[in-house]
Amino acid sequence: MATKGWDEFEIGAMLRSFDGKAENIATTMQEDRAYSSSNSFTASVADWRIDKPVFHKDYCIDCQFCWIFCPDMSIISRDKKMIGIDMDHCKGCGICVEVCPTNPKSLLMFDEHIEDEVALAGWPEKDEGEK
Amino acid sequence: MSEIKKIKNLKDFSTSADRFEGANLLCPGCAHSIIVREVLNATNDDLVLSAATGCLEVCTAVYPYTSWDSSWIHIGFENGSTAVAGAEAMHKALKAKGRLKQDRDPKFVSFAGDGASYDIGFQWISGCFERGHNMMHVVLDNEVYANTGGQRSSATPIGGSNTTTPAGTHSYGEKRNKKDMMQIMAAHGSPYVAQVAPNKWKNMVKAIQHGLAAEGPTFLNAMSACTTEWKFAPEDTIAVSDLATDSLVFPLYEIIDGKELNITYRPKNIVPVEEYLAAQGRFKHLFKDQYKHMIQEWQDRIDGNWEYLQRREEAKV
Repeated sequence: MATKGWDEFEIGAMLRSFDGKAENIATTMQEDRAYSSSNSFTASVADWRIDKPVFHKDYCIDCQFCWIFCPDMSIISRDKKMIGIDMDHCKGCGICVEVCPTNPKSLLMFDEHIEDEVALAGWPEKDEGEK
Repeated sequence: MSEIKKIKNLKDFSTSADRFEGANLLCPGCAHSIIVREVLNATNDDLVLSAATGCLEVCTAVYPYTSWDSSWIHIGFENGSTAVAGAEAMHKALKAKGRLKQDRDPKFVSFAGDGASYDIGFQWISGCFERGHNMMHVVLDNEVYANTGGQRSSATPIGGSNTTTPAGTHSYGEKRNKKDMMQIMAAHGSPYVAQVAPNKWKNMVKAIQHGLAAEGPTFLNAMSACTTEWKFAPEDTIAVSDLATDSLVFPLYEIIDGKELNITYRPKNIVPVEEYLAAQGRFKHLFKDQYKHMIQEWQDRIDGNWEYLQRREEAKV
């Protein structure tokens, strides 16, 4: 989208979130929405991250704690199952890892440059000290 | 009246389609968007929203982007609440005249920080509540003007070090206690006033749905732990919020019709206030010998407040 200089703004500006007629947004999942180019969903903050969360599916119990406490709408849950992380919008805060209750955790933070496969291969074992 | 969305457990809740979008510019770990998500996901109704100037507004409406999937307006620092009240009055008038194109009843919600609610927008909010608009006002209470660099507001608790009330050799920081906004709003005769925290999501969703279903102006004071100004690591937002609710520094309760007070969350194990203070950099100086007396003062004040709330609940007045 073309950007405007500070002295070129309209006095009042209106931005549309969707292209065309938007109906029943409250029950339409993100993949089925017609986002307009002025919706921040089409932008990315991936370059904010220093560490990234990696998701290990095998240990996940679908408690959805990560979904409710994610401040960036980046935990993707469909049909009550956690299916992945939206890496375009994740800022790498690490809340999801902190609230994950499984042992070992099914979400862990890794350096942004480590490949997911490498991270998953080196996943820690169950900590016997805890329950 | 529209149907209340059924949310029995977190799995149910997770089927919601978010109407607040990512790639907003809020800090990593900011509790503001956790609160906004819980409010927006608690209902499937159409929404008319506003945000007063503050972190939430500057971070979610960065030209040429918007992070809102509902009708949303921003005007000034003080009049977020009246913007929504005006839309509500217009809706009511058009409906009465039969000029609405579609017969839908949206919910009207205004968001504002503690600066825009406790201080700058106070007169406007008071006006909305006095006129009895059918709306909900949600305060994102991070106890400081976080957007402009951490100046104290009238929601800042005693002993906190902020840029305009810094702690040092002669001062322990903020000198005054937090304003009791809950009692003030309840005194307006509001049908529903509640203090909520995003880490207790079930409690919060219940309060939101109660507030949205009530006829008249309702008020939610939502604690928003601020990683930048309270000075803790971004991943600890929920842990610090848990300490706040479990140490009763931020007790969760509701006041119905300005009178009936109910405590909505009783921690199983009450945590000493000291642990809450120790978790945040803004209270670091209170652990020096010079200011240590403040910790006991905090504990006594919180205990006294909890005692008062329980007595109010028992007495039902």
